[in-house]
Amino acid sequence: MISEALDVVQPLRLLIVDDSNIIRRRIERSQRLPRLQVVGTARDGREAVERFIATDPDVVTMDITMPHMNGIECVERLVQMKPGVLILIVSALADKATAVEAMEKGANGFLNKPFTDRQLNEALEELLGGA
Amino acid sequence: MLDEQVIRTFLHGTTHYFEVATRQPAFVGSPYLMSPGAPEMHEYTGVISVSGRRDGVVYLTAPRGMLTVLLMSMNESDVSHENMCDVVGEVANTIAGNARRDFGSQFVISVPTVLAGSGEMPQLPKGGQPIVIPINWRSHSARLVVCLK
Repeated sequence: MISEALDVVQPLRLLIVDDSNIIRRRIERSQRLPRLQVVGTARDGREAVERFIATDPDVVTMDITMPHMNGIECVERLVQMKPGVLILIVSALADKATAVEAMEKGANGFLNKPFTDRQLNEALEELLGGA
Repeated sequence: MLDEQVIRTFLHGTTHYFEVATRQPAFVGSPYLMSPGAPEMHEYTGVISVSGRRDGVVYLTAPRGMLTVLLMSMNESDVSHENMCDVVGEVANTIAGNARRDFGSQFVISVPTVLAGSGEMPQLPKGGQPIVIPINWRSHSARLVVCLK
């Protein structure tokens, strides 16, 4: 019973991945879900893998167009390491094929840039759904 | 002749960006062909290379004053040179990335590169016709240049 109560208050750990510092800060500032706690940020796919191992997040927001390792490849790597991780793609790439490819690699949601604070929070809420 | 589909896509992408990201609409002027040797560069330029089905470049060139207000409208208080470079690259990236809604996934875009200072000009593809889309946002002016083959 005590462990159940602890489960309820346990925050979900969020890693933010984007090559833009402004977007990373924006997501960190704008996300208002009390269940989410930002545990790290990364500016490309390679750094995201390192931060992922170091911080063990439950939720990731992931850009696609990034240097060194793009977001699609990174999603595949993260899902291999932790199949239950929830990944929201946050990308300017607005074609359906990219969204489908990201989902096939293991992403759980897709938010197009540019986005409002409200759209971000709705996308995160939908992502968390039953989590 | 100007490519109407390209113009329509980038006009929409530009107005959509400012409407959503800043909640203050931008007014785009009539697109025109860039005169040779008259690039009209501002202090910061975010450049996206395009490959795949089309080949070329998309760039946004904007003055520091406009980028400062843009950052502030995003509740970003850090208006350092690094964030100027970041935001001009991010806007160019977003407008170019949104163009894939019309052009599909074979419209491949690079990560942004940024030119700071008005001396340097992005490399345009030979034979391409650079289209300039004037952008007026609040009291500021910028330009989006699209040159695709």
